[in-house]
Amino acid sequence: MLNRVFVAGLLLFAALVPPGSAQAQDRPRIVFDNPVIEPLPYALPTFVDEGGAADVAQAITDVIRADLTGTGLLKDIPTGAYISQVTSFDAPVAFADWKAINAQVLISGAVAVGGDGRINVKFRLHDVFAGEAYNDGFQFGGGQGDWRRIAHKIADAVYHEITGEGPYFDSRVVFVSESGPKDARQKQLAIMDYDGANVQYLTDASAIVLAPRFSAAGDRILYTSFDSGFPRIKLMDLATLQARAIADLQGNMTFAPRFSPDGDTVVFSLENDGNTDLYAMSLSSGQTTQLTNAPSIETAPSFSPDGSQIAFESDRSGNQQIYIMPVSGGEPVRVSSGEGRYSTPVWSPRGDLVAFTKQNGGRFHIGVMRTDGSEERLLTASYLDEGPTWAPNGRVIMFTRESPGAAGSAQLYSVDISGRALRQVPTVGAASDPAWSPLLP
Amino acid sequence: MNKLSLTILMVGALALAACNNPQRGFGAGGAGAGGAGGLGGAGGITSGALGDPNDPNSVAYFNQRIGDTVRFAVDQSVLTPEAQATLTAQAQWLNSHPAATAIIEGHADEQGTRDYNLALGARRASAVQQYLIAQGVAGARLKTVSYGKERPLAVCSEESCFAQNRRSVTVIGAGAGV
Repeated sequence: MLNRVFVAGLLLFAALVPPGSAQAQDRPRIVFDNPVIEPLPYALPTFVDEGGAADVAQAITDVIRADLTGTGLLKDIPTGAYISQVTSFDAPVAFADWKAINAQVLISGAVAVGGDGRINVKFRLHDVFAGEAYNDGFQFGGGQGDWRRIAHKIADAVYHEITGEGPYFDSRVVFVSESGPKDARQKQLAIMDYDGANVQYLTDASAIVLAPRFSAAGDRILYTSFDSGFPRIKLMDLATLQARAIADLQGNMTFAPRFSPDGDTVVFSLENDGNTDLYAMSLSSGQTTQLTNAPSIETAPSFSPDGSQIAFESDRSGNQQIYIMPVSGGEPVRVSSGEGRYSTPVWSPRGDLVAFTKQNGGRFHIGVMRTDGSEERLLTASYLDEGPTWAPNGRVIMFTRESPGAAGSAQLYSVDISGRALRQVPTVGAASDPAWSPLLP
Repeated sequence: MNKLSLTILMVGALALAACNNPQRGFGAGGAGAGGAGGLGGAGGITSGALGDPNDPNSVAYFNQRIGDTVRFAVDQSVLTPEAQATLTAQAQWLNSHPAATAIIEGHADEQGTRDYNLALGARRASAVQQYLIAQGVAGARLKTVSYGKERPLAVCSEESCFAQNRRSVTVIGAGAGV
């Protein structure tokens, strides 16, 4: 389904930061973990049209700007303030003109469209105050339909260079697209770019669908469907959009599925006589193992990125709290300890944090804590926030925010793990239950 | 018949069913007479008259006079004395209509996370099922399903609506009764 972007500079990220570079520590830099950040001002003149590419050059420049400024870590200087323009990719840069408007970083680029319709994009990052380019520049090539992905890859390279953090713009989000009144909501699975572009629907609206989850390879999704009349886990292959029911055990309800990092095991909730416990199923052998056996509700399981542990929620203490147990089952350790209810734990792809939903005093929050429950940090507050999902770099979280009342509807929001850059992700209609893909190849 | 006109017919049929059954919202019919899971569900379409609510043998009588719905306290699946009285009457009706089957829907209000509310709705549906079984209804006649917070009956975001949404609904299978 996805077009592969041909990456000319394949070792891009490694190559952008030469390990022995004498200047590396002096470059304009934003340190993500600093408690207070003054966004780094940058200039991004429209990429040069090197032949038949004026429209796509403008479009690519706009996407790069939206990606970078959307992080809240960088700030674009309005183009109207630019003193000079970049009219040739290889002409000397008038650094004094960019310095005068206090641009720390200048991003220049050029786009050419070949006779076969393929586009080629070159770009270069400049340290304005040092008066030099970071490097010789890089290029990406792809089909005409790949221009957005190329723009995201360029923005990812710039973001990585300036923050030292891993890339995440070239990624997708699978979610539930919602329509209809609140008491008869229609739901269908959809997939889009992380910024809301390129929406495709994966199912029709004939049955309620909930909470899709990506495999670590990004090629399959798990979700819960009511198409049998009862909630059942289904597995969809994104290349073919073919879906099949899995773990259909004795007619019980199954829900809240999630893949293991190696993609072979599915951990999920199964309900039997009103009691919900966690189970694991091997997709290759079909073998199912019961992981918890308690009269309480055990649900929302999530693997650690090394596959050795599972975080989940349980109300065994009397209300919802977060626990971690070994992947084979065994005695869970409670990790949440604050006031209120804690649910939907999701392990960061970096392994350092667990994101969660917290309900307290009639408000919902998205938060993060260390995997031992320490350093809890609430990032949001609203009438109803729930269901965090991690960006591939473990620095940004997307979640569902639902507004109250008869006209209330769900929307997708994102926020970084310092609580900065809270914003709504544009979708055509109402949307819920986002799941972020791994970084695209 | 083309697909569009079929869809329109089905929408019409469901809307009609909703009109005939003021106890339940449009969406609550998901596992009921209109087939499983909403429009075009895979359960196969069956049909049956709801009948006259004054006729004690009718499904309409069960839904409206006995009451197909019982309510629950916040985050609870314990049956209140009022709920037990309704369910005792439901069991008597089911025991005197041995051909009837039922799907018990469990629902939650919107003040909770999606997964947890599915599990909570299952607890409620199961509590009702166990009570009916204890009153002599064969377990094989009773299925349960949880809709979590996906199918509220009342749409405001205040306790008056939440109280209506924390419920179970006993949906008599189409073709039974009368």
